[in-house]
Amino acid sequence: MSAPIIEIRDVSKTYAASEARPALADLSLEVAAGEALAVLGPSGSGKSTLLNLIAGLDRPSRGTVRVAGTAVHALGEAALAGYRRERIGMVFQFFNLLDDLTVEDNVLIPAQLAGVPKAEARERANGLLTRLGIVRHARDYPGTLSGGQRQRVAVARALMNNPPLLLADEPTGALDSASAAEVRELLGALVAEGRTLVLVTHDTGLAAQCATRVIELVDGRLTRDVRNSPVAVAR
Amino acid sequence: MSRKERSGRAGRQSPLGRVVRAGMGRKRVQTLVMALTTMTAVTASVLAGGLLLDSQGPYQRAFTAQHGAHLSADFDGSAVGAEQLAATAHVAGVTGTAGPYPALTLHPRVGAGNRFMPAGDPLDTTTVVGRPIDGPLDDLRVTVGHWLTGPGQIVLPDGDSPLDIGDTMVFPDLPGRPLLRVVGLASSVTGTADGWVAPQEIPALTPPGTVPQQQMLYRFAHAGTRAELETDRAAVSAVLPAQAMVGSASYLDAEQQANRTSGTFVPFLVAFGVLGLCMSLLVIGVVVSGAVTAGRRRIGILKALGFTPAQVVRAYLGQALIPAGTGAAAGVLLGNLLSIPVMGVADKALHSVTLGVPFWLDLVVPLGVLAAVAGAALVPARRAGRLRTVEALAVGRTEQAGRFGRSAHGLASRLPLPRWLTLGLALPLGRPARSATTMAAVVLGTIGVTFGIGLALALNQVQQGLSQEMPGAVQVMPFPAPGSGARPRLVTAADLAATGRALAAQPGTRSWTEISTARTGVAGHAGQTQVIAYSGDSSWAALQLVAGRWFSGPGEAVAPEAFLTAYGLHVGDTVTLTANGRGAPVKLVGEVLSLHNELLTGAGSLTPLALPVVPDATQFAVELRQGTDAAAYSDSVNRVLSRHGLTAMPNTPMISIVVLSMDTLATLLTLMLVTVAGLGVLNTVLLDTRERVHDLGVLKALGLKPRQTVGMVLASVALTGLAAGLVGVPLGILLQRTVLPAMAGAAGTAVPGVDLDVYGPPLLLSLLAGGLVLAALGALAPAVWAARARTATALRTE
Ligand SMILES: Nc1ncnc2c1ncn2[C@@H]1O[C@H](COP(=O)(O)OP(=O)(O)O)[C@@H](O)[C@H]1O
Ligand SMILES: [Mg+2]
Repeated sequence: MSAPIIEIRDVSKTYAASEARPALADLSLEVAAGEALAVLGPSGSGKSTLLNLIAGLDRPSRGTVRVAGTAVHALGEAALAGYRRERIGMVFQFFNLLDDLTVEDNVLIPAQLAGVPKAEARERANGLLTRLGIVRHARDYPGTLSGGQRQRVAVARALMNNPPLLLADEPTGALDSASAAEVRELLGALVAEGRTLVLVTHDTGLAAQCATRVIELVDGRLTRDVRNSPVAVAR
Repeated sequence: MSRKERSGRAGRQSPLGRVVRAGMGRKRVQTLVMALTTMTAVTASVLAGGLLLDSQGPYQRAFTAQHGAHLSADFDGSAVGAEQLAATAHVAGVTGTAGPYPALTLHPRVGAGNRFMPAGDPLDTTTVVGRPIDGPLDDLRVTVGHWLTGPGQIVLPDGDSPLDIGDTMVFPDLPGRPLLRVVGLASSVTGTADGWVAPQEIPALTPPGTVPQQQMLYRFAHAGTRAELETDRAAVSAVLPAQAMVGSASYLDAEQQANRTSGTFVPFLVAFGVLGLCMSLLVIGVVVSGAVTAGRRRIGILKALGFTPAQVVRAYLGQALIPAGTGAAAGVLLGNLLSIPVMGVADKALHSVTLGVPFWLDLVVPLGVLAAVAGAALVPARRAGRLRTVEALAVGRTEQAGRFGRSAHGLASRLPLPRWLTLGLALPLGRPARSATTMAAVVLGTIGVTFGIGLALALNQVQQGLSQEMPGAVQVMPFPAPGSGARPRLVTAADLAATGRALAAQPGTRSWTEISTARTGVAGHAGQTQVIAYSGDSSWAALQLVAGRWFSGPGEAVAPEAFLTAYGLHVGDTVTLTANGRGAPVKLVGEVLSLHNELLTGAGSLTPLALPVVPDATQFAVELRQGTDAAAYSDSVNRVLSRHGLTAMPNTPMISIVVLSMDTLATLLTLMLVTVAGLGVLNTVLLDTRERVHDLGVLKALGLKPRQTVGMVLASVALTGLAAGLVGVPLGILLQRTVLPAMAGAAGTAVPGVDLDVYGPPLLLSLLAGGLVLAALGALAPAVWAARARTATALRTE
């Protein structure tokens, strides 16, 4: 197995408002490149907090977060923005698409922010949309799509700059079972390609299908850490 | 009160009240903006309204307050006795009298040691009345100094007195050369005298062998028109010996004079008042409908919890009216506080009593503004009441943008600009109505600034143009140097000729002209007119031209509007001046800027009239070469001139209190308009970024840097600011070109076009950029807030 791409050491996170109980308490975790890590746990156990720390959306109260050698916890705001732009692709439960941009424009944003030449960016977006089966919706607005389709747009957007690390926070949480199956399949395929994935979910089916390793958080502490071999994706 | 009781009380509070309070608490900044905007609107309106009222009838108010007299009549003291005069109180139509007071027509000269005037300089013929400060009529209001307290004192009318407190006037023609010291300045609403002394002073001031005149003051039952006053005057005169009444003055002349000044204030105050009111309504509309839009989700939740539509409407009205009411109260307070210094300046210019803001205005303005707030709030509040719960609660935190916003995004994304910039540019088009309203507020702000600056600059130009009546860097006056101790002597024609030679020979002289005053008749008209005659090269000393050109040879003349109106003349007409039974036709070749009723021409035009030279009424104006010091030049040339009884002195420009107070007001009102416009932008951008906080979070999660976030929000107002400049600046110029001539018209003159042309390219460019700067200033705080907002929080699902 290759060197860890994510190294989390003794991280605690306390939100000022709920000082009594930390959202994460002395958590240490290493994730190797190519691993697909599923984070399980009850609501409020700190799963999203963990993901936000890895994404550089928030800072730990204590401890260090390194991703591919970068000390994420120590980066300034501008550097964090660049880090997210280059290294991270994120998928959310409620899609977080910009409702007044077309599907294509949503997908193009990361490339545009990174200054990718226009033609190349369009080609990339087109390729991703084709691959995810939503290219015929390229000129539609997210509001007109089904939940599964919207989440696929979000995944396409996350993959736009071909980041080494994909983070997903309950990507099937807001979807009906049919749509959830679509997304499960898509993520499974990405993992099969060898992409590193950190996946927060309640959906044990999703964990079983995609994850090479499963951890569980309870009250901000690691309570379980098992390796498993994901169900092969049916082609 | 125990904690439990308090919470019990809060618990009993209606759910509606709690929702309003919670809504305000959650939107602290918007609540503050709403209060501040209302406060600014009310402050400006109270101030403008108060000034408008104050300048509308200052004369009438002063007339009432000081028991003004309708008529002041002077009687020949040797023809009528005091009892006869007192009996005129019983003439039909007379409702009040004061007097008789002894009155003298005297020829004073400036006493020694005066601050500004040389000793011995002749003063204008002065009517001095011996009387107490108040009486049944015409109470005198002392404005500076104090009323008479002892012998040898005089009080002069405030406004056009050449002497200051502490200065003296002497009467060299009278036995014992009596001397009076000025102890106070006072205003008489009817303008009854040129000076007031104690009755005991009168004997010493009466020329030997004469009897003082007697002054009577009258009020009549009917005195609204000149005709009525003439009837009243005739009725009084009829009961007395023929020719006993030697002169009279009516309050109508003084009223006309006073309202002329106040009239000039009205046009620009109206302009600012209307601008301020429009703007505050726009801003309030944006604020309230923004609060409803931002609260969509909350409205959904409230309705899901069982609120009725009416309760929702009331909740939103309350959320607008509570801060607006607080702001209105603060605005009334601030407006009244500011009115004290501001109205003080205006009233000084108007020579009227400061009454402050009338009480009814303090009620009407805030109530009117609050009614407007309620009206503006009701429309969106009812929209909130009608909102369907499921819609309001629909997943996806941002409201769907209209087709307009989408095509804007599509268009902007095609621009060859960085993505953060194009996203920002398209942002305002997502809410076209709100952006348009905000733009209108910024347009009004830009109009205000453009107009305010243009007004001040043009007023100063007019002021400078008016000061051309005393042209040149150096003036030569026909009296000895002040404080030199030299006795004034009669200046002769030879002295004047010698002065001309001395000026021509003096190094540093560029041009000079001799300016003398004469009085002539005008063919076809009764009475005399003032003629200003220039000798030598006068072209450099030309007054500003409203039309036509400056005169260039004998037989040509120019005149201001007052003269043209008085004689029914136009540029191009020929008028014949008369004196000594001879006539001199002059052709009017131009109209000049001046508030006086006089004709200006070359001395050659008057030659046919064979007027006697009046050296006393002659002065010289000298233009100096570049780099010549006026004081040094004066000292040098005075070594020659002092032998001839004349004195050169640097020309100091006068500062008009009217222009000064107008400048002060324009500055204040402009600042207020800018504040409201800035607050409007602040609020809109705040609403936009609040609504977009989720989208902004997404963009930041995708790697939008803090500086790009600030840039994006600033870019969202760039178009608004730029458009505001492009629309507001021309409108502001148009307003300046409408209001200034109206002000000048009230003052009795036309304005030369050059005085209105104050907008040079650098100023125009700054004004155009001003809209942009204004918008950027308003947007800066929300932009920084947007960049600082924690991404994780913004993205957190509720
Ligand atoms: N921005 C925040 N401010 C305050 N508390 C927060 C914030 N985000 C999360 N929390 C708290 O931290 C704890 C962990 O939250 P989270 O990481 O969102 O849990 P999960 O994603 O596992 O449901 C919870 O108690 C939550 O209320
Ligand atoms: Mg979560």
